[in-house]
Amino acid sequence: MPGEIGIMALKSAFLVFLLLTACAYMTLLERRMLGRFQVRIGPNRVGPFGLLQPLADGIKLLVKEDFVPRGADLLVYWLAPGLSMVTALLVYAVIPFGPEVRIFGREVPLYLADVNVGILLVLAISSLGVYGIVLGGWSANNKYALLGSLRSTAQLISYELALGLAVISVVLQAGSLSLVEIVKAQERVWFVVTQPVAFLLFFIAGVAETNRSPFDLPEAEHELIAGYHIEYGGFKFAMYYVAEYINVVTMSALAVTLFWGGWHGPWLPAPLWFLLKVFGFVSVFIWIRATLPRVRYDQLMALGWKVLVPLGVANVLATAVVMVLPKGM
Amino acid sequence: MTRYATQALAMVKGLAVTFRYLFRRPVTVAYPEEKPRVAARYKGRHWLTLYADGMERCVGCELCVIVCPSQAIYVKAAENTPDHQVSKGERYAEIFQINELRCIFCGFCEEACPTGAIVLGHEYELAGYTRDSLIYTKEMLTEPYPGASGRDPRREI
Repeated sequence: MPGEIGIMALKSAFLVFLLLTACAYMTLLERRMLGRFQVRIGPNRVGPFGLLQPLADGIKLLVKEDFVPRGADLLVYWLAPGLSMVTALLVYAVIPFGPEVRIFGREVPLYLADVNVGILLVLAISSLGVYGIVLGGWSANNKYALLGSLRSTAQLISYELALGLAVISVVLQAGSLSLVEIVKAQERVWFVVTQPVAFLLFFIAGVAETNRSPFDLPEAEHELIAGYHIEYGGFKFAMYYVAEYINVVTMSALAVTLFWGGWHGPWLPAPLWFLLKVFGFVSVFIWIRATLPRVRYDQLMALGWKVLVPLGVANVLATAVVMVLPKGM
Repeated sequence: MTRYATQALAMVKGLAVTFRYLFRRPVTVAYPEEKPRVAARYKGRHWLTLYADGMERCVGCELCVIVCPSQAIYVKAAENTPDHQVSKGERYAEIFQINELRCIFCGFCEEACPTGAIVLGHEYELAGYTRDSLIYTKEMLTEPYPGASGRDPRREI
């Protein structure tokens, strides 16, 4: 048993290290790719191809002045960024990177935990992450921050629903809430083939969930300057930043797990396939950011409640009927 | 319903456009390593040009001083003498200074000059550490040999 815990701790540490590195390099990838989309080069000065840019950014943020705005609720102000980042990292406990592999004659599964309600846990934790944004915006004693956090709350509640509905149709088809089981159910046919509507819903809601363009209203710089993290500087700001990027990776990983067959794929080893697919999705996130302008707030709400939710309900019903019909007859 | 369809199609079209742009060559010029090529008529630092025989073109008429909108030029003329013939006119510029910090590079001096003495060259890296160092004197402005500024020394004006 202690050995098990040791392996778990080792895997967790490795995963956190991997995630933070991935997130740091995602900032670079995003800046380089946005540059190329805009027919310019992007940051290429720090190190070869700008590869040390994330390090330079990190050092800069670490040594920045640590200030607290007057009238801030101190405890909440300090707690909120941490809450944001920890919840973002926590999701990865249940996301499977690959099946069991043999390392040093031991069966080691390439996931931290196979919780039987895995997808439920993911949704619950990502909902908790909203508190980081809400509390951060509220405690900073700034009207823009408050507006940003209010927007974020409304947005996340509306789109969580569509996200959940998209997930339910996948769960119906896989017959399990465990992410590992869902991936195993896609051995023959990926769910994106059988559930294209659900995938589209999931992806749109996922972009909104991660506060990414074109749904980045909580931090709309034209209206709210920076939204909920306006009064945060230095490493507290970095934590919000890290959380946002990890959430993008999370959404990509979830999309891959639920719809694109997880680690399944020919020729290449399983975890590589998973990482490749996640990378593809992250690129699509950046591509969308480079293309689509921000939607208006009423458009955002209308899309969520009048299009995505009804579509999601219809899709769940259709899936349920199709699942039951052959058995009933 | 058709409205939603056209809107969705518009989004896809937009994505296609940005995707094409992703594979274009960046237009960026990586400046200190790679210098942009300026246009032939680019107005950069000033040169006082010479005739092919080495005579100064400037005859000290001070038209450039009069036309200069930012009063960046100072000229003090002196008479040519048979044993000290500097230019081909009656007078020459004894002192000729241009304050490169005041200059707005409008090119009026070049247009006003009756002998084509003052021209604007292609050099644009005109930074300096002190204000004094950016007041160019006659020694700095005169081209080191006829044609050094890039203009044909045998031209009329």
